[in-house]
Amino acid sequence: MIIKNKTIVADDWVVLRLSEQESAENVTVAPGKVIVPLQVWLKQRDVLQQRAEIGVWLASDERPEDLKDVIDKFSVIAVDFPKFSDGRGYSIAYNLRARLGYQGELRAIGDVLRDQLFYMQRVGFDAFAPRPDRKIEDALKGLADFSEAYQTSIDRKLPLFRRLQRKESSAAGSINE
Amino acid sequence: MYRYDEYDQKIVEERVRQYRDQVRRRLSGELTEEEFMPLRLQNGLYMQIHAYMLRIAVPYGLISSKQMRMFAHIARKYDRDYGHFTTRQNIQFNWLKLEDTPDILADLATVQMHAIQTSGNCVRNITSDEYAGVARDEIVDPRAYAEILRQWSTFHPEFAYLPRKFKIAISGGKEDRAAIYAHDIGLGVTKNAHGEVGFRVLVGGGLGRTPMIGTEICEFVPWQHILTYVEAILRIYNLYGRRDNKYKARIKILVKALGIDEFKRQVEADWADLKDGPGTLTIEEVNRVASFFTAPPYETLTDHDSRLNEFKADSRSFSNWMLRNVKPHRVPGYAIVVLSLKKPGNAPGDATAEQMEAVADLADRYSFGELRITHQQNLVLADVRQTDLIRLWQEATVHELTAPNIGLLTDIISCPGADFCTLANARSIPLAKLIAERFEDLDFQHDIGEITLNMSGCVNACGQHHIGNIGITGVEKKDHGEWYQVSLGGAEGNNSSIGKIIGPSFTFNQVPEVIDRILQVYLRERIEAERFIDTVRRIGHTPFKEHVYATDFAAEEEEIADKHVVVPAQYAAPYYSPRF
Repeated sequence: MIIKNKTIVADDWVVLRLSEQESAENVTVAPGKVIVPLQVWLKQRDVLQQRAEIGVWLASDERPEDLKDVIDKFSVIAVDFPKFSDGRGYSIAYNLRARLGYQGELRAIGDVLRDQLFYMQRVGFDAFAPRPDRKIEDALKGLADFSEAYQTSIDRKLPLFRRLQRKESSAAGSINE
Repeated sequence: MYRYDEYDQKIVEERVRQYRDQVRRRLSGELTEEEFMPLRLQNGLYMQIHAYMLRIAVPYGLISSKQMRMFAHIARKYDRDYGHFTTRQNIQFNWLKLEDTPDILADLATVQMHAIQTSGNCVRNITSDEYAGVARDEIVDPRAYAEILRQWSTFHPEFAYLPRKFKIAISGGKEDRAAIYAHDIGLGVTKNAHGEVGFRVLVGGGLGRTPMIGTEICEFVPWQHILTYVEAILRIYNLYGRRDNKYKARIKILVKALGIDEFKRQVEADWADLKDGPGTLTIEEVNRVASFFTAPPYETLTDHDSRLNEFKADSRSFSNWMLRNVKPHRVPGYAIVVLSLKKPGNAPGDATAEQMEAVADLADRYSFGELRITHQQNLVLADVRQTDLIRLWQEATVHELTAPNIGLLTDIISCPGADFCTLANARSIPLAKLIAERFEDLDFQHDIGEITLNMSGCVNACGQHHIGNIGITGVEKKDHGEWYQVSLGGAEGNNSSIGKIIGPSFTFNQVPEVIDRILQVYLRERIEAERFIDTVRRIGHTPFKEHVYATDFAAEEEEIADKHVVVPAQYAAPYYSPRF
């Protein structure tokens, strides 16, 4: 099960992670819906791009610019969070959406926890595979932590000051009331 | 000052709800300590030696009397009747229970305050000039931009899990009073030749283990583009800053590794895509926020008050206070008053609940109900009528807030040190007290004149020791004893510099004597009214070093050391200390 578009849904994608014995060149990608590591995609591109449905995932030290010309080919792009405190994935997601114009499913995988979901959603993730030892119903609540935000990002293209009429000093009451 | 509208209030209230639930999940075991730690840190909650410490944000150091009274309330209800003002213009409470912290945040939200991003690897509280809006040398009032940056950085979704903490300071005077050279990003708001407002942007400054002075990345970013320019800097740092070693994770290491030219190229390539986009500031928004920082209703007054001069002649204490603690104001007949939290014998930056209430009352009576917290850990009443100075001085003296030592030797900047902090190698506060007591004599202090003495209990440099004219740092040694390094030549302001260590470290009891010897060299070598820092720059370290190490120090007397040991107070609830 994953969270997609703010609901819990069944998921039949398989995330391929290489074992130490496997390499990007020689690993066999099983048939069906597989999200392959970026390196596997780059090495086995000729074969993989024949598939009707293929996904790719990026490690936090990889950059999506390599996918620029084929971005629309993927049914899903995932970004891996090796630890929830590794925040590179947020900028990777932002770049995928804002700079590369990726419109498809953008999924957070790895150490994905409830308390980060709100931020992830803001930078363009629309699918989340929360860590399997946690209740997915609880994780879902994280998406609703805040109802308002100051800055522009992917989910809200305009910052608060461009979206809404805000109060000037004369309308805001005295400081020590 | 800025007041919340319904959106600001909603965001803060939703934060309280979110945090309350995080604490609940931690207490029930649903969250591990490892998972909870970054969450509590982003809310300013540290686990210290004896208890939890909560750091509350005072955005750019500006606070109303009502908010100050809330600190007094928190000190009384949840803590031990006092708080500690910090070098980043915030306040810390040292003796809290985890279970109480959601209620404290709820109390704070009722006065438009919070503890958001006061710690953690995110954009921290934006600091600024404590004399903003009233300084005579001001080019542009930085407060509106500081508030705009506060809002922009609050819960920025992309930059909450940076490689390391990220500090921004903004200053708008000819003289930098916000230590902008010592921040990850330093912003000098200024005007170009056409009178247009913009920012000189410095990047890669910072103290800590590898102290560096910030480098200019852009001479002038027009005001419309400051948020997007800062965003581009943060994005490059977030993507490429080191994450393998926490001591090499600050932006200064990345800037140094790439070189400023390459770093700038990457930032401006990213920025090209943001420039003129929706993140661009509008004049309406700047004007809206600036409407909160207009001048209070000043009276038309003059700078001449014969009563003041008479009283100065009568009272040496008052004239000393006028000399050191009262600063010129841009409006005739008004003055800026610095209330000292550095009375010798007290912990630098500490204020009792009773003092907090007293300063709130003083602010209401004499300064339009507002206060500022300085990065030197003192308090400021920014808009005092000169005719009120005598009464204000008399009333503040009752509360021990008029030590006439601003900018002098006993105006020591100090972190909490090993009495509280798990990172510290050595104690700071007892040593600051010992030094202040030794050099308490005011004539001596006035003779020495302007000098800064900054102290940190470890290399993390919360006491900003690198930019003190004299810097003292607790260092780690194999014997686990308390040792201190002494550095000379650090400075903040327009002519910032990083101090250099003079030689092998000293014991706790030797430090006051070391300072005495350093000052002897200064008194011997100075020319006319030369400031301490200027003498150090002119003659270099060698004469100081030679004199300090020329003779042995008196043998240690155990009882002296014992006298200054702070006995840890007993904590009723069971508490896991990260130190023991």
